[in-house]
Amino acid sequence: MNVGAGQAFVLIVRRELCLSFRRPEQLFQPLVFFLIVTTLFPLGLSLQLSQLRDIAPGVLWVAALLSSLLSLDSLFKNDADDGTLEQLALSGQGLTLIVVAKTCAHWLVTGLALVVVSPIVATALDIPIAAFETMMLSLALGTLTLSWLGAIGAGLTIGLRRGNVLLSLIVLPLATPLLIFGAAATERAISGTSTVGALYFLAALCVFTCTLAPFAATAALRITLE
Amino acid sequence: MNTIVDGLGVEGVHVWLGERHVLKGVSLTLRPRELLHVSGPNGTGKTTLLRVVCGLLRPEQGSVNWLGRSITTYRTEYQAALAYASHEPALKSDLTALENLRFAVGLKRRITADELLAALNRTGVGACADLPARVLSAGQRRRVAMARVLAMNASVWLLDEPYTNLDASGADLLSGLLQAHIEAGGLALVVAHHELKLPCNIRRLELNS
Repeated sequence: MNVGAGQAFVLIVRRELCLSFRRPEQLFQPLVFFLIVTTLFPLGLSLQLSQLRDIAPGVLWVAALLSSLLSLDSLFKNDADDGTLEQLALSGQGLTLIVVAKTCAHWLVTGLALVVVSPIVATALDIPIAAFETMMLSLALGTLTLSWLGAIGAGLTIGLRRGNVLLSLIVLPLATPLLIFGAAATERAISGTSTVGALYFLAALCVFTCTLAPFAATAALRITLE
Repeated sequence: MNTIVDGLGVEGVHVWLGERHVLKGVSLTLRPRELLHVSGPNGTGKTTLLRVVCGLLRPEQGSVNWLGRSITTYRTEYQAALAYASHEPALKSDLTALENLRFAVGLKRRITADELLAALNRTGVGACADLPARVLSAGQRRRVAMARVLAMNASVWLLDEPYTNLDASGADLLSGLLQAHIEAGGLALVVAHHELKLPCNIRRLELNS
């Protein structure tokens, strides 16, 4: 009996989560990086508490983007290296479904994990608790968008030996709007002004990439599979 | 043009890899109960041919047809009928043998753990079902890959050097499985360096540079 798209999606997500939890060091590396960078910044700058709050959104977002980038490289590359990507591509399920499932699973273990630990970092950077909700929402939207952008880059750079350098070059310029609007949303939440504009923009970017990036990433993957 | 309506037909396939013209007008047909043994020196495009036949590589010229229809238009139906084993076992080293099978075969058809275990038992690695693939020997990994082909219940087997790393009993086992598959009405395309010793009718295709 054939396997429906929904079941296949669940199976691939389970596979990815299973693989991530079998390699805890890969799972925790971006999170530890995020924690270290955000902790080191205030130490290096020897700021007053009021100044710390001013730079907090920028530091938080730069660290979040860079730590997300760390894990993007492995999105398709591990499967391509051991030949399981070919098996997935020949599984009778559409390649787009595989890309969507893998990217969603990737976001769950990287982006969502980052969102979950962000309050710890925020507390260390003296971000008021009232701003946590906006900060976490903006980070969730931002990291999801970045996962989709990263899927395109990862699909294009599978076959390259030092693909992660190229991957950063492809993804970082596209991620700049995320940094600007994400930091703006957090900054406004800290100062207590309206965050709606920045959040809407992040949400629009997220919807835009969620709808188009799967097809672009599939096309990129198909080219590199050949 | 001879379109094969009950099997696999490859017509005039040309493939360039970079500057190299690897496949120069290769044609072949494969009907049920047939086994095609593709051989030839290294670098003559045996693996490339297999990748073209399974649809991973699109040829610059020529076509691959399954049941008389192009595999690019009937991709899903063709892939459902296909089991491909590349020259690497394609197992995730962090997953157990059973999990590897569940995630690979589970995308193709609904399958229970008992059926997967039965496939592992048939290839002689049932005892390794709960071991991570990274602790298995190369031969055991090959047997797990063979169990995946079995469990897929596919009518077309495309095997790339399936005898690599197998000991004498493993090679006999594989020959037995191939024989049973052919007798059950399946078709198989096997890339192998050495002679295949099977009682069934084997056709040969020699690729030359």
